[in-house]
Amino acid sequence: METITLNKNVTLGPKDFASNMDVKWCPGCGDYSILKQVQTIFPDLGVPKEDFVFVSGIGCSSRFTYYMDTYGLHSIHGRAAAIASGVKASNPNLSVWVISGDGDALSIGGNHFIHLMRKNFDVNYLVFNNQIYSLTKGQYSPTSEKGKVTKTSPFGSIDEPFNPTELALGAKASFVSRTLDRDPNHMQSILKRAHQHKGTSFVEVYQNCPVFNDGAFFPFSDKETKKDEAIFLEHGKPLVFGQNGEKGIHLNGLTPEIVDLNNVCTNDLWVHDENDKTKANLIARFFDTCSNDVHFPRPFGVIYKEDRAVYEYMMEQQIEQLTTQKGKTSLNKILSGDKTWTIA
Amino acid sequence: MEITDKSKERIAKPNDVDKIVVRFSGDSGDGMQLTGMQFTDTAALFGNDLSTFPDYPSEIRAPIGTIAGVSGFQVHIGSTEIYTPGDSYDVILAMNAAALKVDLPRLKRGGVIIANTQGFDNKNLTLAKYPAGVNPLEDGTLANYIVHHVDVTKHTKECLINTDLGTKEIERSKNMFVLGLLYWMFDKPLDNTINFINEKFGRKPNIAAGNIKALKAGWNYADHTEIFNTRFHVAPAKLPPGVYRNITGNHATAIGLIAAAEKANLPLFLGSYPITPATDILHELSKYKANNVKTLQAEDEIAAICSAIGAAYTGNLAITTTSGPGLSLKTEALGLATMLELPLVVVNVQRGGPSTGLPTKTEQSDLLMAMYGRHGEAPLPVIAASSPSDCFDAVFDACKIAVEHMTPVIFLSDGYIANGSEPWRFPTEDDLKNITVNFLDKPNTEDGLLLPYKRNEFFVRPWIKPGTKGLEHRIGGLEKQDETGNVCYEAINHEKMTTLRANKIKKIEDCIPLAEVATGSENASICVLGWGSTFGSTKAAVKTLVEDGYDVAQVHLRYINPFPKNLGELLHGFDKILIPEMNSGQLLQLIRAKYLVPAIGYSKVQGLPFTVEEMKTKIIETLNA
Repeated sequence: METITLNKNVTLGPKDFASNMDVKWCPGCGDYSILKQVQTIFPDLGVPKEDFVFVSGIGCSSRFTYYMDTYGLHSIHGRAAAIASGVKASNPNLSVWVISGDGDALSIGGNHFIHLMRKNFDVNYLVFNNQIYSLTKGQYSPTSEKGKVTKTSPFGSIDEPFNPTELALGAKASFVSRTLDRDPNHMQSILKRAHQHKGTSFVEVYQNCPVFNDGAFFPFSDKETKKDEAIFLEHGKPLVFGQNGEKGIHLNGLTPEIVDLNNVCTNDLWVHDENDKTKANLIARFFDTCSNDVHFPRPFGVIYKEDRAVYEYMMEQQIEQLTTQKGKTSLNKILSGDKTWTIA
Repeated sequence: MEITDKSKERIAKPNDVDKIVVRFSGDSGDGMQLTGMQFTDTAALFGNDLSTFPDYPSEIRAPIGTIAGVSGFQVHIGSTEIYTPGDSYDVILAMNAAALKVDLPRLKRGGVIIANTQGFDNKNLTLAKYPAGVNPLEDGTLANYIVHHVDVTKHTKECLINTDLGTKEIERSKNMFVLGLLYWMFDKPLDNTINFINEKFGRKPNIAAGNIKALKAGWNYADHTEIFNTRFHVAPAKLPPGVYRNITGNHATAIGLIAAAEKANLPLFLGSYPITPATDILHELSKYKANNVKTLQAEDEIAAICSAIGAAYTGNLAITTTSGPGLSLKTEALGLATMLELPLVVVNVQRGGPSTGLPTKTEQSDLLMAMYGRHGEAPLPVIAASSPSDCFDAVFDACKIAVEHMTPVIFLSDGYIANGSEPWRFPTEDDLKNITVNFLDKPNTEDGLLLPYKRNEFFVRPWIKPGTKGLEHRIGGLEKQDETGNVCYEAINHEKMTTLRANKIKKIEDCIPLAEVATGSENASICVLGWGSTFGSTKAAVKTLVEDGYDVAQVHLRYINPFPKNLGELLHGFDKILIPEMNSGQLLQLIRAKYLVPAIGYSKVQGLPFTVEEMKTKIIETLNA
């Protein structure tokens, strides 16, 4: 008991969350940044170290588990979400983090991805999206852009890519967000929000693969392009972007329009409301060139959030309720059932 | 109970019989399963030994009146020990022409047919594909049987005409009329079914009253009309003294899991996806929430086993239930569980395969898949139940082995015993073995380090729950170094780990009972070696043959991986070994390969269990060959 009390006062730092394994991602991989941001925020989340559990699938991203000095389960391709559902259902007290990639989560694990969100287990689901299969050395993924030339699409991919945030919304995710490897502060703030949210928190992390898909997301982080190509959402704030904040997004009925703030007052702009699903659906679609051939900036931040009952709590609640109402049936009663007869 | 106003002498005196097989047969919508089960319950409460065999199509409601839509329920009741649902029928209840067509070939010569005449009208005869103008009830082809023509539909309608029941509800009460009639014929009381009806329709008293009325009307009809000159009385069986209940294999499996969880003092977690014929286990366990049983209906078979792996990781007794196609989908995750060395029980209620195969029919064709159906070398224990009630003991053992040896276990049942039922002298809590669980809660080396894969004398690693302070560690599907569990790709290490995982499973042989001769003597001229649901017909056949002076023995396996230590020695004592299986010879391959004995296979792959007669014939034939 004494040791526990003593340990409570010990404050942990990011290094306490680094395992003794050598990190083996390629130099320059975006995964390093994600690992760093996670290790940076973890000491401040107020969760005892032993209550963190990482569950990952297969792929570069999924090696993450080995690098965190927490409980971790590196599983099989696409199934991390399903395993996490069992972890959470049987011990709701744990802080569960699913680490996955675009192939793992959206291709082979697509079914578990949508059902985890529908059921709303309280887990944080990080998808490292690099729009390529890296561990298998460069094939197009379900998020690769159409026309992408890879080893399996030497003449260009004919696959339509998923927009993960739109998919998550369609799957009834209660928290949908996007961040990127090259913006540490933004990522940290999103990760904290994901942790705070009760329910499945989906975090799409744009992650650069320097070997097989270098620079896929640079337009959203490079100084010259970032301000025109990315829009950072904040709850209650108008949608403003552009080199000098001179552009805004106005909602004309259900049609978003890019307006010049030299002509339109900020009061007329679309104000981001995380809790508005209709608007979230529109904003999530700032992905491809949108309607009327207008090119919208890519949104980052919390796109949508709702408070919805969490699966494992409902499960526990039902058990508690029934235990109070009916009481536990004794094993002997279960063994005998209702109808017996005796042979003397 | 106002059953009859007749004086006792006018009631036909029942004939005493040792055992009798009744087949309830009708359309899928005729309620034959329920009727059969009620009849069974009543016989069980009366003290008969029995065995049942529900035999129904996979379509919920195949077109009415067709052969495809025939749903049958077979029950064998006896005043002596009963091991199978019976090879052939003494009595058939045929609700329509199709039912008769399906079941007549297995009616004994001189057997009784109770035919619902409205089910033999032109429409039904055509649907049953009788030639135009042919009605088996009228053309003399049934001369060798005792045929009772009863217009069940009309009589049911007549007795319920003045109630507030609608046409549909009246129509649905037909089965109660015939049940009443059969209770009269078999000299059984109505009370049990009346109680059942009152419970089932507690909130719909008019329906309850209607059903009870129809039930009594059936009894009275049989009693009054005097068309039935045959009545049967099957005395209570002389079973070992004790308290009994009737139980199906799936039900026994479900409560076996609950019992194991309680004895291990672990929460029970079931991750499952509905699949015939395993779904009843999920249904049953879903009722026990107040016993800290968590059931998760997953999005697919893969998620079902993966959620169970997650639950095992956090310290639950984790289960997934399925049938063949589902087991195929679970195999990758099973390999993971083997690699992680976490306890997990996979219940596979086998059905006819491959692919969708015969969803509602039985087969034992997943044995080799259970043994070897994973990529890489991923050995795991395989345990099979031999009868409905044996599902309880066998699945309990599966849980004990899983938890105490930190390994996934495959438990094999099949459609025949899963849906079939028999009387069970159930144990009490105190009769059950203990299941020992030791969660590691502190470092396990002298210098205060954690070695998650440090092993005990059985090569078993510790179980460490997330949430345990100071024991944070990573596990995964990549090859690992022993003891530390760290990822390790070294050549020699992989060979070492492969051998270690195999030895760990082999070591379980030290903890399981030796193989024994169930019937007959050691060193008999012929041994019938079986596993799983062939137990009943083998037992009945061998017992009769031994009584008739044949030198036959039965050995039946619950543990298939690992085999009992003495199995080779035991088998070498027999001149001949016959292995009956509802597959093309899977145990046969395992036995021949391991023990180098010239065992002879006997296959039946018809979606149906062996009959006792088939078994006897084959044994004698093999003996004389």
